[in-house]
Amino acid sequence: MLRLVQALAARMPATLPHLVLAATALGALGGCVDQAAGGAAGSRDQIRVVGSSTVYPFTTLVAEQFLANTVGAKPPVIESTGTGAGMKLFCAGIGAAHPDIEDASRRMHRSEYESCARHDVGLVLEVQVGIDGIALAESLHGSGMALTTTDLYRALAAAPGGRRNSARLWRDVDPALPAIPIQVYGPPATSGTRDSFVELIMAPGCEAVEPDTRALRERAPEQFAARCHRLRDDGAYIDAGENDNLIVQKLRANPDAIGIFGYAYLEENAGAVRGVTLGGVAPSYATIADGSYPGARPLYLYVKKAHLRAIPGLRAFLRQYATLWGRQGPLVRRGLIASPEPVQRRAAAVIAQEIALDPAVLR
Amino acid sequence: MSAAVSAERRPTDWRTASMQRRVRQRYAAERRFRLLGLAAVAASAAFLLFLLASMLARGAGGFVETRIGLPLDLARAGLNVTPEQLRGPRSDLALAGAGLERAVDSAAESAFPRAGGAALLSDAAWLRVREAVKRDPSLLRRRATIDVPVASRLDIAFKGGGTPAERSVAHALGPLLSRGLNRDFLGGADSTDPTRAGIWGALKGSLLTMVVTLLLAFPIGVLSALYLEEYAPRNRWTDLIEVSINNLAAVPSIIFGLLGLAVFLGTFHMPRSAALVGGLTLALMTTPVIVIAARNAIGAVPPSIRDAARALGASPVQVVFHHVLPLALPGILTGTIIGMARALGETAPLLMIGMRAFIAAPPERLTDPATVLPVQIFLWSDDVQAGFVEKTSAAIIVLLVFLLAMNGLAIYLRNRFETRW
Repeated sequence: MLRLVQALAARMPATLPHLVLAATALGALGGCVDQAAGGAAGSRDQIRVVGSSTVYPFTTLVAEQFLANTVGAKPPVIESTGTGAGMKLFCAGIGAAHPDIEDASRRMHRSEYESCARHDVGLVLEVQVGIDGIALAESLHGSGMALTTTDLYRALAAAPGGRRNSARLWRDVDPALPAIPIQVYGPPATSGTRDSFVELIMAPGCEAVEPDTRALRERAPEQFAARCHRLRDDGAYIDAGENDNLIVQKLRANPDAIGIFGYAYLEENAGAVRGVTLGGVAPSYATIADGSYPGARPLYLYVKKAHLRAIPGLRAFLRQYATLWGRQGPLVRRGLIASPEPVQRRAAAVIAQEIALDPAVLR
Repeated sequence: MSAAVSAERRPTDWRTASMQRRVRQRYAAERRFRLLGLAAVAASAAFLLFLLASMLARGAGGFVETRIGLPLDLARAGLNVTPEQLRGPRSDLALAGAGLERAVDSAAESAFPRAGGAALLSDAAWLRVREAVKRDPSLLRRRATIDVPVASRLDIAFKGGGTPAERSVAHALGPLLSRGLNRDFLGGADSTDPTRAGIWGALKGSLLTMVVTLLLAFPIGVLSALYLEEYAPRNRWTDLIEVSINNLAAVPSIIFGLLGLAVFLGTFHMPRSAALVGGLTLALMTTPVIVIAARNAIGAVPPSIRDAARALGASPVQVVFHHVLPLALPGILTGTIIGMARALGETAPLLMIGMRAFIAAPPERLTDPATVLPVQIFLWSDDVQAGFVEKTSAAIIVLLVFLLAMNGLAIYLRNRFETRW
């Protein structure tokens, strides 16, 4: 019946009565669609993906290859919503109305898994597709800064050591650094890149400067976040919006400034900006892959196991992903950092044998 | 008597110094005002010219692709497909498993070993070869040189950008490279490779969305306006409706997006990202604009025409449809097209209902997932790769041409139907 309505709506010279009919009929059918979708994700033949803007370029590339290599495949629909908003959509239920795959630039939280369970999403596969690095960069005409995580914590935290941050020049943070003003362009608070920046770079700096926070991390995560994750808002940290290209342009115009963005942008704009070393390690493919550069994070796909059977092509799509994430693969050329061999083998096994995620490993 | 009057009010003596000064001041004020007006027009024209010139300068390259002549010897490439298989109905399946991509890559490696091999070619290169083979299966039996698109970096370098190293590669390959119209841009959909990305998917999405919006908003808007102007009694209720419509026309568009999300997706379970839902949401936004424009146009039809028609025995419905509506039509159409142009440029409500997705094929039906032009521009402007800069500008040119066509239509229709009293 739904097919009939869709076919009706599809006849393009749709006159008004047709359309109104289609609209009302679709509305009236809402109930049946739900029932039909409840058991098997029936009436959808294209794959739907939501989630992180960091994983988005890789998933779109896989979608394209999948489309070019699979006869009769429907184009997958990939939305970049951010990891958190994507999790909400992903966990809202099972069936044709809900996405099949969630792109995530961090691991699923336990609370999110529980929300999935409450909506009967059932078993979920967790596939690590690779690694992403958060790079600090400056203009090619910059002064060649060499920073550490403690420098960044002292320069950017809202209240290092409990006092309002008054450092104005990099020299105020560490006498060895040049006397140029602290200006850091970075993503806004809603961004996954910002979350990763505070977790991977600010938090270690915070623990090094104030050892008493180490105990807080496990015992009182809220207090830890309040002390270590808050960035100053007096103009030293400049919120440059979600558009990473904009940060690159600002760095180009201002050689004193430092920018924070995904490693892929650094690689793509090598003609305009260069990486800032952190603790003596420059951001590069090798240092991020072996974990010696502090700003590295794993990227995941979450897949609903129940949809593997119901959505045509979903298994083939995942297998396509696995063929492309190798060290010489096209995803690496696009800026992904391949995960180490054992992790890749494990991820490929999750896809091949449909091994569901064990919620006990989530935090 | 008259002598007495003239004694009291002598004619103004324009030759006195004070009068001359006042006259000069009046002329100066006039000139100042005219110059100010001219400056205002010149400033807005300069802004417009700047916008157009910078878009054209940046975006013109987006319509052009760089191609390289790739010598291919498919007979020796070890493809497991024969020309006979390609004549059958399962030709797509035969080609899919033929290993054409590897053959094209190795051909590039052996043809340009020093310049970069397969990395010189666009991701779309082997698809171009596949098309050529499909058109002419005899290519599988002989040697041929096929023009294929080059990778984005080489494309930028050939057009004069990029790093010096990339420009020297482009210079060395110079004689092999050629330029041509980028058919993928005009006929394809979104892609992750800038040399392959096309605007047609988003343009078609915009067209489908606009059709739905027009088919819903125009009749509903015009019928509401006719009822309110011609039939509705003037009382507190119609005043309330009028205020509400004026308010709705001024509500920020994101609120209509939230409404669309809650009603069409939440309650009616319509498909996410579909042009149908986008059209319905934008119709909610456009209807009040059309109602207001149509009411003004209908109100401007002189009452004498209604009275004359009634006096000759026309029924109220005949008065409306034979006289009032045709006379008000130019104004209604202008208002409608202004409302539609606003809907065409709208992104915020469409983001809420999921029309910002990556979709690698143009929509076939109203219920297929789609994007629209402004959203496509937004997505490309945020992309990592440098090649998307010119694509963004080129997409803006396409949007401007679309808008220009709509506004041109509005002016044409207005002049066509306009009547003066």
